[in-house]
Amino acid sequence: MPTIHPTHPFRTDQANIERLTSLLLYLGQPKRGSTEKDNMALRLWASSTANALGVSCASKAHLFPSFSLSRCFSTVLDGLKYATSHEWVKHEGSVATIGITDHAQDHLGEVVFVELPEPGVSVSKGGSFGAVESVKATSDVNSPISGEVIEVNSKLSESPGLINSSPYEEGWMVKLKPSSPSDLESLMGPKDYTKFCEEEDAAH
Amino acid sequence: MLIHIKKQRGLIIFWLSMAISQARNIGLPLMNLVRLKGETILRQLQLEEQLLRTSSDNWFIINDGTNTPTIVMGMSGKPVELIELESVLRDRVPVIRRFSGGGTVIVDCGTIFVSFICNKDAVPGLQPYPHPIMSWSGLLYNEVFRGIGDFHLRENDYVFGNRKFGGNAQSITKNRWIHHTSFLWDYDARNMAYLKLPTRAPEYRLVTLLNFTPSEITGSQARGHAEFVCCMKDYLPRSAFIERTVKAVETHFSVRSMQLEAIGTFPDATFSHSTKLLTKQELEAFYSLQFDNSLSESL
Repeated sequence: MPTIHPTHPFRTDQANIERLTSLLLYLGQPKRGSTEKDNMALRLWASSTANALGVSCASKAHLFPSFSLSRCFSTVLDGLKYATSHEWVKHEGSVATIGITDHAQDHLGEVVFVELPEPGVSVSKGGSFGAVESVKATSDVNSPISGEVIEVNSKLSESPGLINSSPYEEGWMVKLKPSSPSDLESLMGPKDYTKFCEEEDAAH
Repeated sequence: MLIHIKKQRGLIIFWLSMAISQARNIGLPLMNLVRLKGETILRQLQLEEQLLRTSSDNWFIINDGTNTPTIVMGMSGKPVELIELESVLRDRVPVIRRFSGGGTVIVDCGTIFVSFICNKDAVPGLQPYPHPIMSWSGLLYNEVFRGIGDFHLRENDYVFGNRKFGGNAQSITKNRWIHHTSFLWDYDARNMAYLKLPTRAPEYRLVTLLNFTPSEITGSQARGHAEFVCCMKDYLPRSAFIERTVKAVETHFSVRSMQLEAIGTFPDATFSHSTKLLTKQELEAFYSLQFDNSLSESL
């Protein structure tokens, strides 16, 4: 199970309800002259649906025919730190585990190959330590912190799709021995990363 | 006197049109255009990888044909699955593993290469991920092929109708990306025979198999190379394609031509390329592995 904050697993706020409502209104293709009563009914349904799902939206909904539900429901976990290049790091004592976020895997598409470093290699904060291949593209994966690689996820060579299906757990990529504890301080927490993703998606 | 006035007017018109052109280009990102002809695909890919990783400029590279037929695999390409190793070894066909993703092609003088290497903010509003970049390229080539054939971007390929003539690959770094294409101007069917049918084929390559007695769908099968691809030469002249592409790019960028020799840092001996020419020994090792796999399957 993902490590989730015990009292607030996810947040559902008015902004997310508005997004869900907008999505439902679009999908329902309301006719001209639909009443405020109809919209209020949908709003209430959307609110109860959102509460039941308990999902936090990491990106803003886009009202286009190609709208993807997965973009609205990207997961951001408490207890992790995040880089602007969409990697996460989980720091536990002298070990830091790194992978790419749900937002990143969703935007990349189906991962078909993962290139990882050898244990013993040193990586620098912001520098590339490997790559994933998806669709027709190779995409660099950058380390949020500096350190030495102590373990890589060998399951990814046979099952690269773990990055898509379980980006924060089974899809972890490397474990590092951090060399500079202060690296973590400049990374984003869950709230800031959620906002960052929303702003990034809104700008494009 | 009249001739003098006409000459003056002509000069004014000339300078006005230059000023308008320059004013229009102000605000457009700069794009360096490098035109190559017959450059080896290995050297082209090494240039592109180096520019992607070490340059901060935008680059638009056209290589009009490559002299030696060469097989080019994507980053994760497995020779055993993708190429007919026995004939490749026999005929000494070079095999390259490139730095970008995507599938396997065999390129030769009938291939035209077009590559875009861009900073992530070069195209306003474009997110540096595979799908948005692919879509942007489709829009660009829509302009190129307007009025010519039934052009589409279809599942990451460029097609006329349902026949592929352009294959794409990308590589995305923290702040830059490359989108490069091999266009099939013409091809030699004998060269296609060096490639196996890929295990992962796009949906539109599949044809539905029907059993007519009784009528039912019995499955699907990938079209062979000859039924799947088409040649650009059947649609427009070679030079017209190149000039139409340049013109389309000029509507989005301020394009300036640059000679390869003017890129002073290429080749940079200190830069470590991941694009590699596979050695004969490596290919032979893959061939042995394939042979061993076949033997163990038959036992």
